Amino acid sequence: MERFERIYEAILKGDNKAAIEVAQEAVDAGDDPQQLIDQGMIPAMAEVGRRFEDEVYFVPELLLSARAMKGALALLRPLLTESGGERVGSVVLGTVQGDLHDIGKNLVAAMMEGAGFEVIDLGADVSPEQFVTAVKEKSAGLVGLSALLTVTMPSMKSTIDALEEAGLRDQVKVMVGGAPLSQEYAEEIHADGYADNAAAAVRMAQQLVGA
Amino acid sequence: MAAGSLIGDLTAAGPVLTDGAWGTEMQARGLAAGETPDFWNLSHPDHVEEVARAYVTAGSQVVLTNTFRANRIALARHVDVERIAEVNRAGVEISRRAAGDQARVFASIGPCGKLLMTGEVDEAALRAAFAEQAQALAAGGADAIVIETMSDLAEAGIAVEAAKATGLPVVACMVFDSGKNRDRTMMGVTPTQAAEELARAGADAIGANCGTGIEDYIPICASLAAATPLPIWIKPNAGLPELDNGEVVYRTSPSEFAANVPKLLEAGARFVGGCCGTSPRFIEAMRRELDG
Repeated sequence: MERFERIYEAILKGDNKAAIEVAQEAVDAGDDPQQLIDQGMIPAMAEVGRRFEDEVYFVPELLLSARAMKGALALLRPLLTESGGERVGSVVLGTVQGDLHDIGKNLVAAMMEGAGFEVIDLGADVSPEQFVTAVKEKSAGLVGLSALLTVTMPSMKSTIDALEEAGLRDQVKVMVGGAPLSQEYAEEIHADGYADNAAAAVRMAQQLVGA
Repeated sequence: MAAGSLIGDLTAAGPVLTDGAWGTEMQARGLAAGETPDFWNLSHPDHVEEVARAYVTAGSQVVLTNTFRANRIALARHVDVERIAEVNRAGVEISRRAAGDQARVFASIGPCGKLLMTGEVDEAALRAAFAEQAQALAAGGADAIVIETMSDLAEAGIAVEAAKATGLPVVACMVFDSGKNRDRTMMGVTPTQAAEELARAGADAIGANCGTGIEDYIPICASLAAATPLPIWIKPNAGLPELDNGEVVYRTSPSEFAANVPKLLEAGARFVGGCCGTSPRFIEAMRRELDG
């Protein structure tokens, strides 16, 4: 089997050890890392996302695959920079102020890292000011806001308003997600995108940054 | 008294009516957005007792406690986290005052809110947190402990073991809200896996709560009952949450909910009650249904 097929299988099965082994072989053999990523790894994560959305895969499978993807990418990424390859983009993620629930946000972070984003994870209970500071410092093009509680959903609006007031709203796209959210609510608070699961969040992110 | 005989005695007399949602009842009494409900046991014990009393008055034979999130990991960032044992003890004492000799107090333990498999929390920390909570609940005088709303079998098993160490009977429930047929937990656990593993961990009753409405819990109840001879405990939501002008609403009415109780009993449930979206009105309707 070709390496790209083997790494596809390893990531799809969430076999971290096998994924890293194939990536190391590719590095040692001087393979083009971009090709391995494009032909094996990205299609594998896309399939993982599909299976998750079809509810054939559950959270554990998603996390294991994302971990395998991340492990293999860590070996390949230094070579990518040499050959001029770039990260898809930077995304600042956090659960909004007043909300301590971070399992959903962490799933999105794992999937986005797997898709090649640089993820700046601010954690939970993140104030609008903290989001503004992180976007400025990292020149991030994308912000992801998470909330589990209906009572903390208004913190999403105040975060978007704070980005606006800081004059950053033109340079940054904002996406939102979390159990109580809806497309309607996302539009109401002027977010650029809404996703109702971690796999859809990655697709939305790619769409928003034009990747 | 041997652990588990309380559960045997209760269920021997017929279906046991438990309680409904607490969070919304406390909000109706002034619990603010973002405020930690569990700490109301110390700051507003009278209001918490009103909630428990409303359920006892409605006909609950088992009332839970306002201690769902009162573990050291879930409330790690709370300024008064060092008072966590006190919060748990007070929670049991409050429900006990409301229960009097009309109801039993089953103390609530919920998930820690972190995932074991990502390493955000490790097994030792989880074991210690649940042990601390279970011991405080036992010290407060609980009749039994209910492990609720679990998604991860490993976490649920650790909680069951910690609760069993107190010598009290233990009910272990998971939340089935995922998968094409809404018959898996978020972590992919099936009712059969849950029943087998939780029984192995030492649970005296197995169940399902939250996540979905009463109709969806009928087949899940049947699967649980098929997988274990232990009594089955079911507390569904009042349907699936819907958004109405930014507010979460549950559409199932008390009478619609209660009308499904016989089917739940037929599927093997021995303890029945409600979770999110339910209220003392639901328990009253279920009481009428059970009393025929």
